[in-house]
Amino acid sequence: MSDEPQIRILLAKLGLDGHDRGLKVVARILRDAGMEVIYLGLRQTTDSIVAAAEQEDADAIGLSMHNAGHMTLAPAMVKAVNDAELDCPVIVGGIVPDQDVQPLLDAGVAVVLGPGASAEEVAQSVRDAVAAVNS
Amino acid sequence: MATKRSVPELYAAARSGERRALGRLLTAVERGGAAADEISELAHPDSGKAHIVGITGSPGAGKSTLVGQLVSDLVAAGKKPAVLAVDPSSPLTGGAILGDRIRIEDGESEAFIRSMATRGHSGGLALAVPLAVRVFDAAGYDPVIIETVGVGQVEVDVVGAADTAVVVMTPGMGDAVQANKAGLLEVADVFVVNKADRPGANDVRRDLDLMLDLSHMTGQESETGYRPPIVMASALHGDGSADVWAAVEAHLAHLDDTGLRDSRRKHRMRTEVKARLEQAMSAAADQAMDSTVGAAWLDQAERAEIAPTRATNELLALLLKTDLSNIDMQSTIDRQRNEELS
Repeated sequence: MSDEPQIRILLAKLGLDGHDRGLKVVARILRDAGMEVIYLGLRQTTDSIVAAAEQEDADAIGLSMHNAGHMTLAPAMVKAVNDAELDCPVIVGGIVPDQDVQPLLDAGVAVVLGPGASAEEVAQSVRDAVAAVNS
Repeated sequence: MATKRSVPELYAAARSGERRALGRLLTAVERGGAAADEISELAHPDSGKAHIVGITGSPGAGKSTLVGQLVSDLVAAGKKPAVLAVDPSSPLTGGAILGDRIRIEDGESEAFIRSMATRGHSGGLALAVPLAVRVFDAAGYDPVIIETVGVGQVEVDVVGAADTAVVVMTPGMGDAVQANKAGLLEVADVFVVNKADRPGANDVRRDLDLMLDLSHMTGQESETGYRPPIVMASALHGDGSADVWAAVEAHLAHLDDTGLRDSRRKHRMRTEVKARLEQAMSAAADQAMDSTVGAAWLDQAERAEIAPTRATNELLALLLKTDLSNIDMQSTIDRQRNEELS
């Protein structure tokens, strides 16, 4: 437990992807890393996530993607966050082919976490992404 | 990216309807300290209008689902409701999963929903919740709904301090003996038997009715003869939420008719002042223990050379000489949190 302000992160599935097991695991990982996880769950839209991020004053948005929609949805999320002028990094986790990682980062996604990322890696990525925005 | 705005700037923006500014203010409220005090001073003259409704019950009773239904109904009726959904923090890591939003989500409507973790520090909730309610009130939200899990004394107190306290029950959670145990049920102004489509719902209603009859017998009923109604609902199916809200509004009318609303407000103020005072005293106690003289007394007690009562009395004498205006509240809040987590 550090003296730094508590990180509040929104976790959501964007669109019609119904695979939320991974997101639930990540929610638990981040909770046990001492963060406050605002769990939005399935079938969110960029608008509903932005609205929640404003009301919750979230420090980060975590998206879980397992239906190959990431090249469309993740940049749309980044755009929505930027349009709303939220200083909120967008972190993507799930199934993202190697060749898509750099294009996503170029599109403004803060971090892409794939299968096999350790709990510590997941938590540290969130802390780093939040710190990068606030620095 | 976004420039840092001062508390008065954020407050003005929140009053003019900017949700992001309101979100920021609520974060400062949660953190406590000087910024929260500043917000309290700003919001005070602009608050006092909203109907404050507390909703509590066991985990899984359907509170969030019911709140989600109420929020939809209220928005449809042209109201501007705010929800403060309180969930527990882990005592081990300080982390929390705030999962109420998933059932209340109405993000593009007029409603404002904020999740709040209890965070370890003792009494923190007792300071943050009333101030968050005032901020919602000042920003024009009415009603303000506080949702908590009815497990801890603090959570029960928070809901009990609302204008109207709603307790959500479900079938299969115990019998008439449970219903007569002290605590949660005593603070209810409205009972909801949720999941009323399930077997046993009428048993719950009967047990509650019996409990209320006994209150009448033992003289524990309210002086005005108000008897909390029992409303049957099935929130998941959207049944009964209109009845619940009608009961809540009827209770508010009762408060207004009898002048009880004012006495509840007084009680709330008194409770909050006491909680803040206790927080300040706790901060002063920490400083006294950290001071050179205090640490020496503490050290003697730790080595069992003097009794803890003696050390306490010496520290108390020291504390009463302390200039309380210099107490650093925030560091104490942080430290209490860290101590509870370590």
